[in-house]
Amino acid sequence: MWRQRILALAKKEFFTLLKDKKSRFVIIGPPIIQLLVFGYAATFDLSHLPFAVYNEDRGSPSRDLIAHFSGSPNFKAVATLNREAQVAPLINRRDALLVLHIGPQFTRNLLLGQPAQLQVIVDGRNSNTAVLALNYVRTIVNRFNQQWAESQGRTGPPARLEVRAWFNPNLLSRWFIVPGIVGLLTLVVTMLVTALSVAREREQGTFDQLLVTPLRPVDILIGKALPGFLIGVGEATVIIVVAVLWFEVPLLGNLLTLYVGVILFLLSAIGVGLMISSLSVTQQQGLLGAFLFLVPAIILSGFATPIANMPPLVQELTLINPMRYFMVILRGVFLEGVPLSLLVQQLWPLAAIAVVTLTLAGALFRRRMY
Amino acid sequence: MTSDSVSPDTSPVVKSEGFGSKDVVLDINDVSKSFVTSHRRVQALESVNLRIGRGLVTGLIGPDGAGKTTLMRLVTGLLLADGGRISVLGVDVAREPLVVQAMVGYMPQRFGLYEDLTVQENLDLYADLQGVAPADRPARYRELMRMTGLAPFTTRLAGRLSGGMKQKLGLACTLVRSPALLLLDEPTVGVDPVSRRELWAIVYRLVQEQAMTVLLSTAYLEEAERCHEVALLYQGQVLGQDSPASFSAQLQGRTYAVTAPGLKKRALQETLSVRPGVVDAVIQGDRVRLVMDNTTPPATDALLPALPGAVLEPVPPRFEDSFIARLHAGEATRASAYSTDQHDPRAVASPTGNEPVIEVRHVQRRFGSFYAVRDVTFDVCRGEVFGLLGANGAGKSTTFRMLCGLLPSTSGSLRVAGVNLRRAAAHARARIGYMSQRFSLYGSLSALQNLEFFSSAYGLSGSQREARIAWALRQFELERMADVSSIDLPLGYKQRLALACALMHEPEILFLDEPTSGVDPLARREFWRRINLLAERGVTVLITTHFMEEAEYCDRLAIMAAGEILSLGTPAEIKRAARSPAIAEPTMEQAFIALIEAQQQTGMAS
Amino acid sequence: MRLRGLIRKEFLQVLRDPSSIAIAFVMPVVLLLLFGYGVSLDAKHVPLALVIDQPSADTASFTGAFQESQYFRPTMKATMRAAEQALLQGEVNGIVRLRADFSRRLHGDTSAPIQVIVNGVNANDARLIQGYVEGVWVNWLEDLARARGEELNIPIRLQQRVWFNSELRSRNYLVPGLIAVIMTLIGALLTAMVMAREWERGTMEALMVTPVAMREVLLGKLIPYFLLGMGGMLLSVIMAVWLFGVPLRGSLAVLFVAASLFLLVALGMGLLISIVAKNQFVAGQVAIIVTFLPAFILSGFIFDIGSMPQIVQLLTHLIAARYFVSILQTVFLAGNVWAVLVPNALALIAMAVIFLGLSRRRARKRLD
Repeated sequence: MWRQRILALAKKEFFTLLKDKKSRFVIIGPPIIQLLVFGYAATFDLSHLPFAVYNEDRGSPSRDLIAHFSGSPNFKAVATLNREAQVAPLINRRDALLVLHIGPQFTRNLLLGQPAQLQVIVDGRNSNTAVLALNYVRTIVNRFNQQWAESQGRTGPPARLEVRAWFNPNLLSRWFIVPGIVGLLTLVVTMLVTALSVAREREQGTFDQLLVTPLRPVDILIGKALPGFLIGVGEATVIIVVAVLWFEVPLLGNLLTLYVGVILFLLSAIGVGLMISSLSVTQQQGLLGAFLFLVPAIILSGFATPIANMPPLVQELTLINPMRYFMVILRGVFLEGVPLSLLVQQLWPLAAIAVVTLTLAGALFRRRMY
Repeated sequence: MTSDSVSPDTSPVVKSEGFGSKDVVLDINDVSKSFVTSHRRVQALESVNLRIGRGLVTGLIGPDGAGKTTLMRLVTGLLLADGGRISVLGVDVAREPLVVQAMVGYMPQRFGLYEDLTVQENLDLYADLQGVAPADRPARYRELMRMTGLAPFTTRLAGRLSGGMKQKLGLACTLVRSPALLLLDEPTVGVDPVSRRELWAIVYRLVQEQAMTVLLSTAYLEEAERCHEVALLYQGQVLGQDSPASFSAQLQGRTYAVTAPGLKKRALQETLSVRPGVVDAVIQGDRVRLVMDNTTPPATDALLPALPGAVLEPVPPRFEDSFIARLHAGEATRASAYSTDQHDPRAVASPTGNEPVIEVRHVQRRFGSFYAVRDVTFDVCRGEVFGLLGANGAGKSTTFRMLCGLLPSTSGSLRVAGVNLRRAAAHARARIGYMSQRFSLYGSLSALQNLEFFSSAYGLSGSQREARIAWALRQFELERMADVSSIDLPLGYKQRLALACALMHEPEILFLDEPTSGVDPLARREFWRRINLLAERGVTVLITTHFMEEAEYCDRLAIMAAGEILSLGTPAEIKRAARSPAIAEPTMEQAFIALIEAQQQTGMAS
Repeated sequence: MRLRGLIRKEFLQVLRDPSSIAIAFVMPVVLLLLFGYGVSLDAKHVPLALVIDQPSADTASFTGAFQESQYFRPTMKATMRAAEQALLQGEVNGIVRLRADFSRRLHGDTSAPIQVIVNGVNANDARLIQGYVEGVWVNWLEDLARARGEELNIPIRLQQRVWFNSELRSRNYLVPGLIAVIMTLIGALLTAMVMAREWERGTMEALMVTPVAMREVLLGKLIPYFLLGMGGMLLSVIMAVWLFGVPLRGSLAVLFVAASLFLLVALGMGLLISIVAKNQFVAGQVAIIVTFLPAFILSGFIFDIGSMPQIVQLLTHLIAARYFVSILQTVFLAGNVWAVLVPNALALIAMAVIFLGLSRRRARKRLD
């Protein structure tokens, strides 16, 4: 009999969520749009970096070097300078991110086997872009060096680096970001669905009505969690499909493993959502609470910036953030094909968070009444 | 309380004899207004014509949803009419809203106060907005404070004032600059009778001293008799505009009071209401008030054949009688549908016994340092209709919520059917039915889906569930609306649906929290008939209300104010206790006022 | 007089209602702390596995170079298998392996290969690590050459000069960007909520029946929250400079002119949302959806706009935060570069005019 009650409750939740055109849109529209926009926008891969050349050298090696830059998809030549004074305005105005300055002695030194100087001036306002741009410059210069040494029949340096990137050989940051978006959007939608569900009923007075029926708090909890759970799973599935088919992110791991992670994550997110919801009296409080949880949860999850870069205290704080574990699971399963057994470290904290938050939410149904 | 005010109980001087066009302050000419909600188009007002003369108090009377607020907003220029013309003192509202807004004072339903500002700050704000010169303010404020009795509270936050004080502050704010036309939208809703009486005193004084014109809307029919003129608004149409006396006069010779010794008043009412020719039968004190459809005196034995002792006594008509008669003329009698289905299989329970089903002992509820409920004790027996009566904030809802197990009590003991619902197992809750304030339904679900959900929530299944849903649809005449989202249902239907949901599992005890607020008088009568039927079958009913006349329908009631029970007993006992040399036969409202005043005096003495 | 009354009322309400103060002052502090410390792209002490197939003096000098670097926290692994396992489990982010023939080839004619494997899952991190490894490698080569008494034979020597942020601290650009994100939130959320609140509590109805003009009602909302927002801005700037040590190279005056322009846009946006929504709940939801995430991802505060696809780049022009981020990063790190400031400021002015104009048009003294 209790199963029937819960089913009735879940059915009602679905009706209230999906019958209204506006709330249907809130659940379906923004996530899809955000997935597409963010999938393209959220990238650390730089392309068409505007650069300018100030070449005081007349030799062909310098022109050869510049051709290496112009030919790279990462760079785009925007200006050729002939005076030192032109450099500053160009960078200040952000017309060029970097300026390559080749001195008059460049070809001579090169031919003499003495180190030839290539000066790179880079705009450090966005330091991450600057660091990455310098890396690109270094890669091109290294390639030039190697070719030059070979063409001159000289030996290179006594030791050379052979770098390989595992899991993402071309270092596409989309492969990193898009699985993260699976977590990001699933979290946002689940929170919107659950964080308001109790508060909405409180405001409309129907929650009192529920509490005086023979339904137990556990029944209400399951009934409330079920729609958020199913919508979350559906949403996650759609995003995973788009990630694989549209953004062509490889899915190396086991789907089952992935879904174990999705399910545990959803449970913990639903727990947090319902907890916020049962703590709040009005929908507005629920919304504010959801927001106050979402922002730090996203920032401190490792979605965009690695947790390892945070100060130790903040790193410890992230241990209670379910997103943090889910990010590791998502990226591990997608790109590394990590098996379930290696993810236990990530799965048990999710399960623990889910148990604690769901229990608290159920207990708060009755407490927070006045 | 301003003791020197004009007694509102003295009939106002009616001067309804034709006034020249110069004296017309508000002229509403063939005005229509409709709204388009996401689901359907609602005709709020239909070719409304109304002329309001200078220096008169005009009451806009009608149930919720009749279009009162829409009409008020049209007059203030907050809404634009679809057709027709409204002018205030000759100025067209649609064309020059700012000019009109400078001439009218308008108090919206929730008084338009900033609850986080103090009384003085609210006054200052409205004085600024109304452009009252700083030099004129001190005198004006003094005058307003004297009138409203708010002088001791100028530094208190508006949100901390009682309902009655908020209402008076709202009025003061609209009066900072003396308007030519004062519009009050349901100023007396949710306010206790004492404050209501004080508001009327202020209104009369404004009319007398400043020749102000007042248009006031209300759902309380008894207030109609306090107006010079009444406009009846029903379903967007004006049914008539006249003095209340002439409204009542139309029913001269058709109203009676019936006493029948040996028959309980509820049974008497029930019997009378289905007799041919009877328009209305309501309980009033120990008697039943009867309105007939013609002036031919009815034969007593035709009405009550089996009761030789019944006495039929002609009484003067009231405004309410004519209102009901008018509405009845518009609608077919609704009574037939459910009277055919009186015999519910469960009608075996013995009626009124003496075993207490609900026991409340010395219950207190504290929020911080504020006592919402203070030492409340009462019993309710099986098959009894027990009323909790009081203004907003009197503590009746808090008591109610504690009984339902929604709120823990701070101290004292509560037992419903022998258990405390807060700690009781789930199955104990299956014995009670609960209908909350505002008819809490799932708005996006259809009527049928609401019934399906609540029947499942109460553990019904299979054919039993089907049968109950079919019963509810038939019994509450919901078939026609079964697929309509409950948020789009008319209020009367919402109320019926909410009651149906609470009755799905045939509870022994029914909790009803303000089940009739905002519902039109016809629906209210119908609702009470259903409650009476349930009570006859042994269902115990606990009900809260702030309609004084509904108190008469209860077997026993408790009158609450400031968290305490002021008086407890049958309606007759309560009224008897309030007898005084001044008032020999007090009404329930007069009894209530007397109780409150007595309490305030003892409060001051202690 | 009417306007003054409205403004005074608004201030009194703010003072009485701690949640407005919280949004205006506590939120910036908390968010700035959270983001300022939480969001950092500078990898330091990256865990790295070193696999030395046959230890020698040469390999020791090489591993020593890694141990000295502040960017790495190397751990020795006995076998490649162990190192790979560590990489899979996320214990280390990269592996550096010196094969058994390292010493022999180092002293021979062919150059000795150094095998480097980085975990490419986080491409950005991987690139940074790769760059750091190269840095360590070049330094080590130079030391090696110096020890042998010869000049290191590299044809082109890169000499890099980073302007405006020579230590390449990511905090220096993230914190100014954050101010834009936070100001978006404060401005839009604050006004969206307070305006909607008046509708919900029925006070708007009472206001509108007085002879007050709609213009005055809007100004009465705008001015107090503008001042409040500027207070939040001042607080953020103080924190940025004193707590996070971000240099402020431009003038404070320019910063505040830009901030006030941006605040006008944000407030206008909030006003418009609440005028259209008329309900705190919807207003709050819309404000979060259209302000926070776009300001976070599409403003150029973290992700480089120039590298986005063309169509997304066009989209970013609709995000006011984009212009403000550009102004902030320039004023803080570069100075008063008018060529950057003027076009961005003009864009902000245009957006402010559009939003405030639309608010003015949509806000009528009517309920329908």
